[in-house]
Amino acid sequence: MINKKLLNAQEALVGIKSEMTIMLGGFGLCGIPENSISELVKLGVKNLTCISNNAGVDDFGLGLLLKDKQIDKMISSYVGENNEFERQMLSGELKVDLIPQGSLAERCRAAKSGIPAFFTPAGYGTEVGEGKESREFNGKMHLMETAFKADFSIVKAWKGDEAGNLIFKGTARNFNPNMCGAAKVTVAEVEELYPAGELDPNEIHVSGIFIQRIFEGKNYEKRIEQRTITNRQC
Amino acid sequence: MLDKIGIAKRIAQEVKDRYYVNLGIGIPTLVANYVNKNIEVEFQSENGILGMGAFPYDEDVDADIINAGKQTITTLPGASFFDSATSFSMIRGKHVDLTILGAMEVSDNGDIANWKIPGKMVKGMGGAMDLVASAENIIVAMMHTNKVGESKLLKKCSLPLTGLNCVKKIVTNLAVLEVTSSGFQLLERAPGVSIETIKKATAGRLVVKGEIPEMKIS
Repeated sequence: MINKKLLNAQEALVGIKSEMTIMLGGFGLCGIPENSISELVKLGVKNLTCISNNAGVDDFGLGLLLKDKQIDKMISSYVGENNEFERQMLSGELKVDLIPQGSLAERCRAAKSGIPAFFTPAGYGTEVGEGKESREFNGKMHLMETAFKADFSIVKAWKGDEAGNLIFKGTARNFNPNMCGAAKVTVAEVEELYPAGELDPNEIHVSGIFIQRIFEGKNYEKRIEQRTITNRQC
Repeated sequence: MLDKIGIAKRIAQEVKDRYYVNLGIGIPTLVANYVNKNIEVEFQSENGILGMGAFPYDEDVDADIINAGKQTITTLPGASFFDSATSFSMIRGKHVDLTILGAMEVSDNGDIANWKIPGKMVKGMGGAMDLVASAENIIVAMMHTNKVGESKLLKKCSLPLTGLNCVKKIVTNLAVLEVTSSGFQLLERAPGVSIETIKKATAGRLVVKGEIPEMKIS
């Protein structure tokens, strides 16, 4: 067993510097690496390029880094929930690359898998396709999209073991597995960290080979953006 | 004229037995409530769930189980979770049978715009560009006109496009229309809405052939 265990976010994020490109898992506020984001705020690293499907909300998730102007560029698919983000984008303070969600996921997966580029029909004929190579396959036009290049990938899982194996819960899975192994260093924070051998190998979603550092996070807030419920009728 | 629930009810009639369906944010989300209970359907949400159920009871809310609109939801028997790349394999790979989404504008050749108003509002395309580029069966749910009364069914979209020649059917508060090579073909009128009203509210080419029945909505 190759042990990847570290004590906390502070240890796990050693080496992160200003100007770096960082991938962060999560969809909305679901499955985001809360402990690592707090640590990035503490570290005060600046001019980051962040690859993440969303940009958090004004006072949580990546919104915390935006508020402190730590992010120079965001690569996302949907940013509708964050007023500060919209303000910084429309004023030009923040560079934003909006790309289709499926292409975002696949560009992570491609980086993880050693595939430099791929073709997808998403975005052909729109401003997303401007300046990109296009090609016809089976009578339909496709755009060439390239694999991301990132310095760090930071993901959040439910359970993990010291070998870096990960298990996710519910829709908190989202981009996290695709980002594992998609950067030079992948850091996983988990709610429950087990000694190697405690998790059933049949149940593992992501193999430890894609993870370099793992730690057990604490005090997960798991904020809900839209609390929608069904009323019980008696 | 229909309200949002009326639009959702009419679109629910398009959901057929054994369909896998992706519902967009807004009116499309409501469609799930009105689908015929006697057919087998599974709802996919692109953030990574197939077999999505109703909103949870208050005590069952789980922050780790949401839909693409970030709403808390439940799972039904047979449900599964998966990562985002797998989710879009389902979409791009045409495994999803029907896509229902909202729009700001649709043109009479089936182009759709729904992600950006330059200089004003940029929310992003989310999964919409992937969905419209790959899905073969796309229904748009929207109001016929915008807040200031201008038609959203145009000759050519004025906003940045989400996809080209992809919309097949549109259900609005006024009508059901099909996109054909000669423009928007009027299929049904909303209850109490005249063809004249629909003509006035449609800026793109409108084809009216024969008797146009009223929608049947329970």
